Amino acid sequence: MPEFLQFLFSGLTVGAIYALVAVGFTLIYSSSDVINFAQGEFVMIGGMGTYVLSAAGVPLPIAALLAIVIAVAVGLLLHRLAIEPARDASAVTLIIITIGASILLRGVAGVAFDKNFHSLPPFLGAEPWLVGGATILPQSVIVLSGAGIIVLLLWLFMRRTLYGKATLATAANRMAARLVGIDTSRVVMLSFAISAAIGAIGGILVTPIVLTSYDVGTLLALKGFAAAMLGGIGNPVGAIAGGLLLGLLEAFGAGYVSSSYKDAIAFLVILAVLFALPQGLFGRNTIERV
Amino acid sequence: MHGAITRLAGSRYTALMAIAAILLLLPLVAPSLFYLRIATLVFIFALAVLGLNLLMGFAGQVSLGHAGFFGIGAYAVAVGPAHLGLPAWASLLAGAALAGFIAFVVGRPILRLRGHYLAVATLGMGLLIGMVFTNEARWTGGPDGMPVARLVLLGWTARGTQAWYWISGVTLALGALIAINLIDSPTGRAFRAVHDSEVAAAVLGVDVARYKLIAFVLSAVYAAVAGAYLALFDGLVTPVTAGFLRSIEFVAMAVMGGLGSIFGSIVGAALLTVLPQLLTVFHDYEQIALGTIMILFMIFLRAGIVPALAALIERKPP
Repeated sequence: MPEFLQFLFSGLTVGAIYALVAVGFTLIYSSSDVINFAQGEFVMIGGMGTYVLSAAGVPLPIAALLAIVIAVAVGLLLHRLAIEPARDASAVTLIIITIGASILLRGVAGVAFDKNFHSLPPFLGAEPWLVGGATILPQSVIVLSGAGIIVLLLWLFMRRTLYGKATLATAANRMAARLVGIDTSRVVMLSFAISAAIGAIGGILVTPIVLTSYDVGTLLALKGFAAAMLGGIGNPVGAIAGGLLLGLLEAFGAGYVSSSYKDAIAFLVILAVLFALPQGLFGRNTIERV
Repeated sequence: MHGAITRLAGSRYTALMAIAAILLLLPLVAPSLFYLRIATLVFIFALAVLGLNLLMGFAGQVSLGHAGFFGIGAYAVAVGPAHLGLPAWASLLAGAALAGFIAFVVGRPILRLRGHYLAVATLGMGLLIGMVFTNEARWTGGPDGMPVARLVLLGWTARGTQAWYWISGVTLALGALIAINLIDSPTGRAFRAVHDSEVAAAVLGVDVARYKLIAFVLSAVYAAVAGAYLALFDGLVTPVTAGFLRSIEFVAMAVMGGLGSIFGSIVGAALLTVLPQLLTVFHDYEQIALGTIMILFMIFLRAGIVPALAALIERKPP
């Protein structure tokens, strides 16, 4: 039982980060049909930015805030300089653009920061708590509750603010949204900014546990993409469920089956889900007009 | 793109003649073996991209996992001679057959998916194949990789840049010849019908699933042969050979050169092989430059280099 709990805790912690990346994917995808493979880079900027700034003497909370601002600025630039000029391009073209952006950002991070692994001090001390015979790091609790708060805020934003409703309308039907006077290009810009902020916050929260370096983005983007697919892309609830599920599968797979095939288990499950339910676990069936 | 395809059909063998001309002339003008080495790498990658272009440019199906097939070919010529006592040429054929077989088996369920779902499924497949190479260290040497024995054909050992320049160049020409003839055959027309509209193709009696599968298996075999060549040429194979970035590189080469253009595959492969060589001068800024170039090309030359140039020559807007 303690073993089971241990895997559960670690799975949920990692899953929360996948969920945040997946929510970022979903936000951008539903407003613009772009799969943003540079999503993992926002997580990297959050972690690395905070580390570099705090190492330079900036107090941790301000460093974290600045890192989020940097990530948002990068997200806006990405949209303005790389996505907007290629608006009507095909899906594959846009995928290559975002992968190019991811390589570019990694290159910039390697030069502007450095190429070593870094960590941040845990926000609530490093002493693990004992729960039912298993240990849980206070930082894991922060990651989980942080992810929960972000999702809650996002939900409130979507349901209670005009901008949020415009985003929902754009996701539902871009043409109709434009017809009722919504500036859909502003909405896409906003979704890039929010996705960047969510990614960066995730990166800051998780760095005390998993370390960060200039090249952590790629794998995170792949896992986040897979999580978003697992939940049915374009569906925020599905993205969160997909992320948590993926984290749990990895943790239990690594614990009970084989740790060297930890990543394989996740992708095998995704393939199986896609074969059985091509729209993901929570996706709607889309009907295609011919 | 349709324009490019008709033009290609109109002058079927232009691409092939261009390849032959480059192949014959380059050794005369290349100042050193280094240039032939780069050309060899271009030929090898172009072969893989050519196959991928059949799948993406003609049958209209994306794959983000082709490095997996490339890796199967590469590891086949490494593992075959070292662990199974097979000669290198037999291992190469076995690797190509294995890649084709795996593509055949996973192709049917995977190719039912569309768009982003197909992208993530092929991506997962490629990653899974790559993980096997990293984890089965007993057979593959794990993350450090393993050495590859030389290719011996009828008592002649293929070693050195010159030998591989000709082997890979002639194979590329052969691959292009097969692709050109295929595109012009009923199978090629079925590919294009599937690309333009799966529903319309099905209504016309084209077995959509079957033709997607044919394109997938073919592209896997092209990739596996290219992978085997790279391993034999380098004398070393590591999991990076089959990594995710390699898959992306292939897709970027195909798209930047021009989807649906045979010669575009070679131009795309040349661009993304030569550029990093030029950029090594800048060390730290290599990734920055590469990423920037990928973005700029996709924004300003969306149709790909070769189709865009072809349109320019015909004085039509690209």
